[in-house]
Amino acid sequence: MLINIAKAFLMGGFICMLGQIVINLTHLTNGKILVMFLILGAVLQAFDLYQPLVDTFGAGASVPISGFGCSLVNGALDGIRAEGFFGAIKGGLQATAPGIATAIIFGYINAILFKPRTKKK
Amino acid sequence: MSQNFEQKDTKLIEEQSKIRSFKNQKKKTLYMDYVFEVSPKSSHVKNMFWAYVIGGLICAFGQVIIDLLVQNGVEDKVASVFASCILVALAACATGLGVYDKLGRFAGAGSTVPITGFSNAMVAPAIEFRSEGMIYGLGAKMFTVAGPVVVNGVMISFVIAVFHLVLGV
Repeated sequence: MLINIAKAFLMGGFICMLGQIVINLTHLTNGKILVMFLILGAVLQAFDLYQPLVDTFGAGASVPISGFGCSLVNGALDGIRAEGFFGAIKGGLQATAPGIATAIIFGYINAILFKPRTKKK
Repeated sequence: MSQNFEQKDTKLIEEQSKIRSFKNQKKKTLYMDYVFEVSPKSSHVKNMFWAYVIGGLICAFGQVIIDLLVQNGVEDKVASVFASCILVALAACATGLGVYDKLGRFAGAGSTVPITGFSNAMVAPAIEFRSEGMIYGLGAKMFTVAGPVVVNGVMISFVIAVFHLVLGV
């Protein structure tokens, strides 16, 4: 179990460090970084290159947003195998719906519970 | 004669506009230099170190959740989805409490790239714009950053899937 955690730490840290390097070099905003890594993960998975990372490093590869892109593509490909073209349309969102729905639900609850904070500098 | 004059005129105007655009460009580059100078400089190595540590810790925490779930008899694939849901929920609460912003200030990409950063990007504007109403404030602003992620993600997964279907892989 400790080895798994160490692996996750190493790989997760590495992906985040890559993101930080991109930010340092280009001063891109957070949203663009998120979309960039999402597409990176999705394209890698299109050639079946990302799932091996998830298998070896566990959460280290699946927790970063590139893992989100990977599961989107996996969902769409599974959908194709199961239902053909219709599966390609619904598969991606179906696989990632739990994460998005959790963010919406808990975001809504938090937005009702908490008042916006004034940013202190 | 008059034609000649006009030609001269147009030439003059062209030159003037050229000079103007050159000056504007110079101003622009000067401005960019100024922005670069004024924006706070933190050492790249230090940024990368903190991004590595915080990002790694978030992923390690996700792995702890997965391992605990698997030990309690949850299937591997379900456990990984469930773990990211728990991380998203925790990050949403941390954003509400204002903890996540503080973390993000020195973690940089370490707090953006993990799925918790996605959650933070959804919840932070939702809290901030609630005062503009529940529908056009909270409901719409929630997707200012998450919207592009979902839209691009769905599009690229669809395109890749269609490619696979056409190529028959």
